[in-house]
Amino acid sequence: MEYTEVHVMAVKELLYKMADDQLILGHRNSEWTGLGPVLEEDIAFSSMAQDKIGQAHALYQILHELGEGEPDTVAFMRNAEQFHCCHLVEIPIGEYDFSLMRHFLFDRAEQLRFELLSQSSFEPLAQVARKFKGEVKYHVMHADSWVKLLGTGNEESHARMQEALNQAFPLALGIFEAGPYEEALKEAGIFEGELHLRNLWLEAIKPVLHAAHLTLPAAANDALASGGRYGKHTAYLQPLLDEMTEVFRIDPAAEW
Amino acid sequence: MVSTRDSTGLHPEIWKALYAVKDPEIPPLSIVDLGIVTAVQVDEAGVVHVNLTPTFSGCPALKIMESLVAEALHEAGYKDVQVVTTFEVAWNSNMISEAGLQALLKHGLAPPPKHDGYIELDVLSDTPCPLCGSRNTTMQTPFGPTLCRSMHYCKACSNAFEAFKPVS
Repeated sequence: MEYTEVHVMAVKELLYKMADDQLILGHRNSEWTGLGPVLEEDIAFSSMAQDKIGQAHALYQILHELGEGEPDTVAFMRNAEQFHCCHLVEIPIGEYDFSLMRHFLFDRAEQLRFELLSQSSFEPLAQVARKFKGEVKYHVMHADSWVKLLGTGNEESHARMQEALNQAFPLALGIFEAGPYEEALKEAGIFEGELHLRNLWLEAIKPVLHAAHLTLPAAANDALASGGRYGKHTAYLQPLLDEMTEVFRIDPAAEW
Repeated sequence: MVSTRDSTGLHPEIWKALYAVKDPEIPPLSIVDLGIVTAVQVDEAGVVHVNLTPTFSGCPALKIMESLVAEALHEAGYKDVQVVTTFEVAWNSNMISEAGLQALLKHGLAPPPKHDGYIELDVLSDTPCPLCGSRNTTMQTPFGPTLCRSMHYCKACSNAFEAFKPVS
């Protein structure tokens, strides 16, 4: 079908929230560089950061082709209220258990999102989704093995992972906050929608958590972690942006 | 052996020049054997258009490879060259040619197994050691010094080694 103006706005909104999630979590992951609990994990989080920033760039590039600003401008020149990321990705890295659990919950959702989008009627997005899902497969593999290993490790590791899940799960529900164009995305075959994704995600994480001897916390209040898609963020986002853009802002016109 | 990888048989001179461009992170490996050159066209004005596809979207070598391609074609006498990186054709590790797999091995990297989309821990933990050939190996971590490499350990010859990851 021919896209109307609403469909184009819907595609842009979808691209912005995906790209912003990738950029911000990519930045958070990179904060483990040099600090990982073991060298392999230091490298793992740094590599995943690199993947996410690369994916964010590809998504901003599609937005640019739809008439938005240059990827660097869009990434570095906006204030917090212009970002569409969910609260989950904004939270500081905390202890390693929290970062790991966030990575598990987020990347499981991303894998399913990219699988759905690889069939999207919006071909530029379908193309990158086909690429991204092969990349994020390694993220999911990494997350699953550590969640299972630490969930069933010893008393302390189990307790820490359960506490991390209790903390991260309500935030993760904010990933699926309905956007303003859910119906338009569905009717044009662009994306099947956040509710559909959320249901697939819940089914996908359950067997892993079961194998890890972890219990999903009781139904959380979704509203607690919502607002991110509409520019309402936690107090952690603006300081992150200030830090991320500190060098860029010294001389935005510099040639690197 | 010069593989042109171009089923159309068009522009053999251009493909030959492209074949000489190596992956900056794996010097014995031609970018043509790596499978990232997805289209070569010459338009009516004589401009050479080359499409590259990323192995990983966050690969920092991409921009370098774009300029290496342009330089190689300039040296081969093509004045107007346009190199673009596009996701139109998604790269996967099955696109590495036989010569490419051999080049990886020569560089000390275990080449990725041909796959049908099934890439899980059991496949990865069964990577043959590039040093002694044993399959008695284990994967330490799916993330290595570059995005395309994983890290392994060979229990037979007690050496650590890296593998080029299978990617779907």
